[in-house]
Amino acid sequence: MHVLVLSGGLSAERDVSLRSGRRVAEALRTDQPGWEVAEHDVDGLLLDRLRQHRPDCIVPLLHGAAGEDGALRDVLESLGIPFVGSGAAASRLAFDKPVAKELAVQAGLSTPPCVAMPQSTFRELGAPAVLDAVVEQLGLPLVVKPTRGGSSLGTAIVHTAEELPAAMVGAFAYGDVVLMERYVSGTEVAIGVFERDDDLLALSGVEIVPPGELYDYAARYTAGTTEFFCPARLSDETAERAQAVALNVHLLLGLRDWSRTDLIVDAEGVPWFLEVNVAPGMTETSLFPQALGAAEESLGALTAELVTAAVSRSS
Amino acid sequence: MTTGGSRLDPWVDSYASRANAMRASEIRALFAVASRPEVVSLAGGMPYVQALPIDMLTATAERLLVERGATALQYGSGQGDVTLREQILEVIGEVGVVAHPDDIVVTTGSQMALDLVTRVFCDPGDVVLVEAPSYVGALGVFRAYECEIVHVAMDDEGLVPAALSEAITTVRAAGKRIKLIYTIPSFHNPAGVTQGPARRSEILAIAQSAGIALLEDDPYGLLGFEGEPPRAIRADDADGVIYLGSFSKTIAAGLRVGWAVAPHGVREKLVLAAEAAVLCPSNYAQLTVSEYLATQPWREQIKTFQEVYRERRDALLESLQALMPDGTTWTIPAGGFYSWLTLPEGLDATAMLPRAVANLVAYVPGTGFYADGDGRQNLRLSYCYPEPDRIREGVRRLAAVIETELELVHTFGTAHGLAPVTGTSVPAPDLL
Repeated sequence: MHVLVLSGGLSAERDVSLRSGRRVAEALRTDQPGWEVAEHDVDGLLLDRLRQHRPDCIVPLLHGAAGEDGALRDVLESLGIPFVGSGAAASRLAFDKPVAKELAVQAGLSTPPCVAMPQSTFRELGAPAVLDAVVEQLGLPLVVKPTRGGSSLGTAIVHTAEELPAAMVGAFAYGDVVLMERYVSGTEVAIGVFERDDDLLALSGVEIVPPGELYDYAARYTAGTTEFFCPARLSDETAERAQAVALNVHLLLGLRDWSRTDLIVDAEGVPWFLEVNVAPGMTETSLFPQALGAAEESLGALTAELVTAAVSRSS
Repeated sequence: MTTGGSRLDPWVDSYASRANAMRASEIRALFAVASRPEVVSLAGGMPYVQALPIDMLTATAERLLVERGATALQYGSGQGDVTLREQILEVIGEVGVVAHPDDIVVTTGSQMALDLVTRVFCDPGDVVLVEAPSYVGALGVFRAYECEIVHVAMDDEGLVPAALSEAITTVRAAGKRIKLIYTIPSFHNPAGVTQGPARRSEILAIAQSAGIALLEDDPYGLLGFEGEPPRAIRADDADGVIYLGSFSKTIAAGLRVGWAVAPHGVREKLVLAAEAAVLCPSNYAQLTVSEYLATQPWREQIKTFQEVYRERRDALLESLQALMPDGTTWTIPAGGFYSWLTLPEGLDATAMLPRAVANLVAYVPGTGFYADGDGRQNLRLSYCYPEPDRIREGVRRLAAVIETELELVHTFGTAHGLAPVTGTSVPAPDLL
């Protein structure tokens, strides 16, 4: 089996993606010593590489635009190369947070109310008036973040209306459309989901306790900074409810192979859907591998299983 | 199985408090993108080593291994190879420094010399006066030794003497000890400015009168674009000035060979500190440099570097002049690698960086060159590595990003993000 792990790309999460890619490639090599496992950036050389040495399967571990928004997966689908993870269309739905949230609402899931707007709206209508209207509608505090992208880049929690313009500026630095979402206080939980044979399985939730209010970039990628509990410190009933949300999101968005859903569980035990990732982070401090470890599942073995499944579904 | 309450690092409670600031940084993550060829990086300070005669260097290295391999591959003196120290005298003679080979300590790049000097001089809490802005690598060393860093204003001719005097008075009035005045007089990193002869004399007089050691960092001194190299401050005071030099820009950064010229008492301690840190600098690298200096036309090669960098400086300045929006200003370097740009009022170079990288141009935000959070309106542009056409394209992209940012200020009344900047905000040395 010849597997090509794709990582890197041009997004602000390039560094995280490269680390995810190296980790998964190494896990695959350990689990499947007979396989040829290579790594490649997503760059101008990739298509030539695919033509000259076509892999049996690709594991895309791009984070951020082009990697998760479906564009790369469109290319892989058109080339007919099997790959692990969600298809292009489903990835597009998942990557756009307002779209994913709207689909969750339609399916009866709880998600914090939000509005998403491009910069032009503020320019044309006047930012103060628009922001006043948003605060009136959603209240404070608010979470402000780009609609596309991950690793909390450009994300801020806003407690006062005065902080809102700066938070908008920070979010627009990472994207053209910004989501303003009502802040829900509670336990931050990430739930990994994966497919095995014909089953869809949810891993135990990983509870995230960052040093500050926000699980920001430094808190995510500096080992020792954030405290994690796996399983999350939730009642069995609440934990199952949270897992059910993750499974439900995976199904209703038509995702495939693996995903990670991020939730807030409030004081009443209600899981609020925030977003879902079709290329979960796989670094040393990432959440999906932690949950796998807690379940005594091996990252290499699971990836190998999904590679085999991807190859067989395309044949 | 439960993995409850894990921090994913078993040593988290064992680290020194100074390690608290060693954190992942989203700014640094953006520089990872800058290494892609699609991005015009005006961020890193990598010398253009492609201008070196690689064939000749290959022959030099081969000859060294064949003729003196047993020495080159062995431990050496903690102070550095004596022949190389004699040759360094010739190099520093170009900037007017007269010394004895015993005055020189060879180090692993001048960065190590910075570390050794600080180790020898500074206790935690001691004050180091630095320019505003200052070389990020020096700030990192001073922080590592838990010094208090106090910035002193600069103008178009570098460190301002009146501001230096005032800082000395203010710091001492607060009961604090000032151990070093750190300055880069020629072709400053990041400010791109150069102290004139009178300015240098004034600064030296202030340091002498205050009894504070002057740490003169001069990695770019031979890379001027006009006339003779500026005369080093050390040329006028052998006792009060510690002079740092490097072959990183005049030969090759990868060799990691630099040096300190220090008065007797300081030098004795630097040698002992060097032995404690690394035993000795790389003999192989030192002898490679020594062989190169002995057999190659190194002065001609420096002229080649000057021409390469002058052409790139010109490309940068012409493009800035043609394309930058009103309200943007920049320094005009007469040598070295950098220009320091000031954005129009209200803009924030740190907050702007993600948008710049998304538009395929990178720079280093000014905050990286301050220890006190200043510099948000500034950025450093490096012209040393990209070809002139790429520099022009980079400036075109940067101008468009600044225009967009101005629109943001118009819309939201601010260009500052809400999130504080944490962690390292400059690129790693191996990134463009």
